[in-house]
Amino acid sequence: MTNVLVCVKRVPESSGQVQLTDDAQSIDGRYVGFTVSDHESCAVELAVQVAAATSGTATALTVGAEEAVEQLRSVLAVGPTAATLVETDPKALGPADVAKEIAAVVEAHRAEGRGHDLVLLGNDAADSGDFQVPVRLAYALGVPVVTGAKTVEVSGDTVIAHGDAPDGGTERFEVPLPAVVSVLEGGVAPPYPTIKGRMAAKKVQVETRQPVSRPVGASRERLTLPPAAPANVRVLGEGPEAAAAAVDVLQELGVAR
Amino acid sequence: MILVFVETAAGVVEETSLETIRFARDLAAEGGGVPISALMVGEAGDVARKQLGEHGVATLYAAVGPDLASYAAAAWASVIVAVRAQAKSVVVTAAGTPRGNELLAHVAARLDVPMAANAVSFHGLSPLVVTRQVMGGSVWEEMRLPQRPAIFSVAGHAVEARPAAQVTDPAVVEVRPEIASGDLLARVVSTEPGAPDHSGDLKSARVVVGAGRGAGGPAGFDGVIELADLLGAQLGVSRVVTSLGWRPHHEQVGQTGSRISPELYIPCGISGAIQHWAGCASSKTILAINTDAEAPMVTKADYAIIGDMHEVVPAISAEIKARRGG
Repeated sequence: MTNVLVCVKRVPESSGQVQLTDDAQSIDGRYVGFTVSDHESCAVELAVQVAAATSGTATALTVGAEEAVEQLRSVLAVGPTAATLVETDPKALGPADVAKEIAAVVEAHRAEGRGHDLVLLGNDAADSGDFQVPVRLAYALGVPVVTGAKTVEVSGDTVIAHGDAPDGGTERFEVPLPAVVSVLEGGVAPPYPTIKGRMAAKKVQVETRQPVSRPVGASRERLTLPPAAPANVRVLGEGPEAAAAAVDVLQELGVAR
Repeated sequence: MILVFVETAAGVVEETSLETIRFARDLAAEGGGVPISALMVGEAGDVARKQLGEHGVATLYAAVGPDLASYAAAAWASVIVAVRAQAKSVVVTAAGTPRGNELLAHVAARLDVPMAANAVSFHGLSPLVVTRQVMGGSVWEEMRLPQRPAIFSVAGHAVEARPAAQVTDPAVVEVRPEIASGDLLARVVSTEPGAPDHSGDLKSARVVVGAGRGAGGPAGFDGVIELADLLGAQLGVSRVVTSLGWRPHHEQVGQTGSRISPELYIPCGISGAIQHWAGCASSKTILAINTDAEAPMVTKADYAIIGDMHEVVPAISAEIKARRGG
C-alpha cells in the first residue's frame, strides 16, 4: 500500500501571448488563464496508477493562493481522493521556501497518521523553471530523489523509475521508499476528467494549512520579455511551384547537394 | 575561482559544457581574470584535456572510483561540493542540461544557497545578477545571487562555445572521493538503448524537418520523412502531434520536448506556439512551410513557402532528386 502525495502548481497557460504585470514581478495570467504543467499532469496520472496498483491513496498538494483550489479540483477530478492547499502568496516564495512548505505538510501528515511514502512532482515549474524544488524537498525530508522520470512504479518497498539517458537510451532507477520522484511529460498520457470525476471532486473537502516558515524569496529583481527578433521573412513563393526556390536556398546553405 | 562541472560522452567534452566554460570565462574576465577549474567524472583523457586547454581551463579535476561508475546525482554532487571546497570556488556552474540542473540543485541544497537555472547572461558582480530563462524561454528573469558560492546553470546555446585567446595545459588533479552510502540510494541501475526511430539525435542534428498539426494524421508524415532522409535530417514534431498520438513523444520539439539548434530547421504545418518556439528558437536558419502567412512560425522564419505541406514537401523532394539525377 503506497500513499502518494502529488504536488502541482497553478501557472499561467503558456500557449498564448505572455504579458507581465506592471511591477514586472510576475506573469499576468488574467487573460490567458491558469493550468498545471504537462509534467505535473503526468505526475498526477502516475500517482493515481501507483495508488491503484498498491491499494494505496493519492493526495494532491499545492502551495499557492486561494485561487489554486481551482487546480486542486481539476486534479481531484482525475483520481486523487484528498487535497491540501498551503495558502500563501506564491510570489513571495522561492524554490527553497516551496520545498520547506511541502516538507512541513509531509511531516504533519505523518504525525497525523496519514503519511506519504512517495512524493511526486513535475520536473520543473512551467513558469519559474527553477529545476530544484524536488531535490530540495528530498534533502528537507532526508530521502533519496530521482528527477526526470517518465514512468514510476512501486514494487514492495522500492520505487522503480525510468527516465531518458543523456545519450538517448533509457535509465532505470530502483530506490527504497520513502522517496521523492520528479516527472517529465511523455511516459504516460495525461488524464482527462470524466463528469463523474468532476462531481466526486466537488465533494472533497480541501485541507487548508498555513505556511510554517518566513520565506527567503526568489531573489528576483524583475522579469523582462526577451527582445523580439525583427520579422524579415523572405517568402519564396506559394505552393509546390516554390520548390525550386526552396532547393536553391537548401543548396546555398549547403544542406542539399 | 570558478568551478565548471563538465559533461563528457566517450571522453569528449559536450558542446553545452564548452559553452558554459565560455560563459565562465566572460564572468572571470569581469572579475579580473580569476582562473577556471573544470570537474569531470571519469578519467581525464587526452581528448578532454586538449579540449579544455583550448578553452582556457587552468585545472582539471577528474573524479574516479567504483562508486562513480554509474550515475548517482547525490554522489556526484558530493564530489562537486568537495572539489569546490578544495578549489575555493566562489562560483559553481554547469550546463543547463537535465543532468547539469539536477546536480546543481543537489549542490545548492547541500550548501543551502540559491541556484539560478538556465542563465543566458550576467551583469554586475556584487551582487552577481544573472538573467535566466523562465516560462520555457519566453520570459527572462533577472535574479540576484549574492551568496557564495553563486550557483547557476547556463542555458544551452545562450552563448557560443569559443576557444580561449590563450591556450592552457590544464593541471590534472585526480580525485578519489569517499561516497556516503546514502548518496548511492538513487543511482542508475541499468541503461537500455532507446527504440530506433526517425528522431535520431534531435538535439545535435544539423538539419531538422518538423511537422505539426498540418500533417493531418498519423499517415501524414511520409512526405516529411522522405525529405528528412534526402537531407540526412532528423524528424521533429510539435506537441499536438504527440498529444494526438500521431508520433512518439521523443520526437517532440518544444518546451517539454527536445530543444534543437540546427543549422536549418524546416517546420512544416507548425503554427509556432510559444511551447514549440521555446524548443526551436536557437535554429540558425528557419524555412517554414505553412498555409497561413500570418502564423508565428512564418513571421519568425528566415524563409517561407505559403502552401499545403502535402503539396510543397513532395515537390521539394522531387526537385532535389531531379537535380541529383541531372
